[in-house]
Amino acid sequence: MKYSVDERGYYGNYGGAYIPEMLYPNVEELRQKYLEIIYEPAFQEELQGLLRDYVGRPTPLYWAKRLSEKFNAKIYLKREDLAHTGAHKINNTVGQILLAKRLGKTRIIAETGAGQHGVATATVCALAGLECVVYMGKIDTERQKPNVARMQLLGATVVPVTSGSQTLKDATNEAIRDWISNPEDTHYIIGSVVGPHPYPDMVARFQSVISEEVKQQLLEKEGRANPDYVVACVGGGSNAAGAFYHFLDEPEVKLVAVEAAGHGVDTGFSAATSVLGTLGIIHGSKTLLMQTDDGQIVEPHSISAGLDYPGIGPMHAHLWETGRAKFYSITDNEAMEGVVMLSRLEGIIPAIESAHALAALHRMELKPTDVVVLNLSGRGDKDLATIINYLDNIEKPHGEQTN
Amino acid sequence: MENRLTKLFREKRENLLNVYFTAGFPELESTGVVLKTLEAAGADIVEIGMPYSDPLADGPTIQQSNTVALRNGMSIKKLFSQIEAVRPELEVPIVLMGYLNPVLQFGIERFCEEAARVGVDGFILPDMPLHEYEEEYQPLFLKYNLSVIFLVTPQTSEDRIRKIDALTNSFIYLVSSASTTGNKVGGDAKQVQYFQRIQDLNLKNPKLIGFGISDRSSFQLACKYAEGAIIGSAFIKIIQQPENLEENIRGFIREVKAPEAVSA
Repeated sequence: MKYSVDERGYYGNYGGAYIPEMLYPNVEELRQKYLEIIYEPAFQEELQGLLRDYVGRPTPLYWAKRLSEKFNAKIYLKREDLAHTGAHKINNTVGQILLAKRLGKTRIIAETGAGQHGVATATVCALAGLECVVYMGKIDTERQKPNVARMQLLGATVVPVTSGSQTLKDATNEAIRDWISNPEDTHYIIGSVVGPHPYPDMVARFQSVISEEVKQQLLEKEGRANPDYVVACVGGGSNAAGAFYHFLDEPEVKLVAVEAAGHGVDTGFSAATSVLGTLGIIHGSKTLLMQTDDGQIVEPHSISAGLDYPGIGPMHAHLWETGRAKFYSITDNEAMEGVVMLSRLEGIIPAIESAHALAALHRMELKPTDVVVLNLSGRGDKDLATIINYLDNIEKPHGEQTN
Repeated sequence: MENRLTKLFREKRENLLNVYFTAGFPELESTGVVLKTLEAAGADIVEIGMPYSDPLADGPTIQQSNTVALRNGMSIKKLFSQIEAVRPELEVPIVLMGYLNPVLQFGIERFCEEAARVGVDGFILPDMPLHEYEEEYQPLFLKYNLSVIFLVTPQTSEDRIRKIDALTNSFIYLVSSASTTGNKVGGDAKQVQYFQRIQDLNLKNPKLIGFGISDRSSFQLACKYAEGAIIGSAFIKIIQQPENLEENIRGFIREVKAPEAVSA
């Protein structure tokens, strides 16, 4: 497969493992064992059982009729919002917790931005009876209080991170520092297709259940396994990796990756890495990265905490460079209009992350015969405070640009 | 290869004191003053940190110094000009420590060329993969007479330590325990066992123990098992205040190097 990771952990020019020696033994152990462990029949049996009975898979592929009428194309929503804990994140954490147990680890750490990955990790730790520590930027703990409460209810310790900008990037740094200090008993469950090899590939494989199901479901509904388009939002890019995975080598399927433009790509308040990023190293991986000329990592902005990340997974950097995926950047305001649109048209309140993908439908030149699969990565309940605040202000004039 | 580091290790192989500080800290122009004062006070090697927005292997003290230095306007380019300005007055080997990303953005060949020109002797780039050094950067570093220093931790396998020893042409940075920078070396049985294990490997390169060396007693403990030690976070705490910088540095180094405890 041309778009999959190579033996050395690279996707074209992107990927690798740029880590200090303190992390080397753990990452190396994972690299040597992950494929063997996850394709072992007993592991697969346990994983498939949990995905079915605990996560609630397969998630439906829903023909969104009114949305389709609006865009004059046949649009299906892959309902990851209906998975346990409300987003696709659990597909990866269920897989990694089983892996951690097989590696003999007794303590789990994770980073989280909006809290969805933190909740998904705390959930599987409760399930497995393992200690769980979640690092979360102090600013994020304040703006995502309900998720902090959920994690604590699930028995996790939430550590507010006060270093740097106190958001996702720094939470990830702090989780890595924890792993450096606890190399023997601890497994680090990274929540996206980022980090040193083998994480991007491992997380993509656990998320690939999304496209595996889409192929079957679409075959049943449309008589063909391949849609014309697969659309997904990209922060680090785990839901997009999962939605694209089994279509990467199907050239007739157009892949659409949607990034957060924040206030607009030229405003200095953006997270559109494919537009603003250059080749660099973040969290152990060589990829596209928002940085200064001196190589200092820049703080991104997005209204959606899940897309508020200054890099993208190396797989996506490669899809961008090769042109295999088309990238769009959607502003905060466009995304919020997407939230309202899907709520009113289909009775589904999407996560603001997923609403970026919805907003990209406006930019795509769709034909009536086009079959589009849009990965609805999460539900919007967690975003209610942000959404209400946005709707309250919508009438008032404000300075933000909309494009 | 011959540079100030290799020369030093030919002449002296015990009680070596390597002091780390962050460039541009506490003030932008502190770099030269700290360098000069450290040499005069008796540091055998000086390790200068190139500040980074995301220093993964560092604890809170060094992170904070990185943040301050960047806010002060510190950059690699600026650092080279600061070193160039004081280098003629100094003999001490200078090692640059930093993360790979800013170096890649600067351009690796240009970085080596400039470093050699201003009188730098070696690099510590903790997130530079060993195989990438071997395959890509080694000829460049050798061309410019620059030593490369790799880290070894309690979890590093013997095979890998041997490989690192073979690739090294100055010293091995022995990380004292599973930790980021700034935690105290306790000298417990497990740690001593680890130091002993490494000592028994009879490596060709000298070893300096770092991470958690903060004062005279931890320095002396480290020197029992290695050729010397590296002090970082504890020194950063000493230079936090720009006032009395030189006096504070002299006092700290004198105390660390004292054969007997100095009463306060």
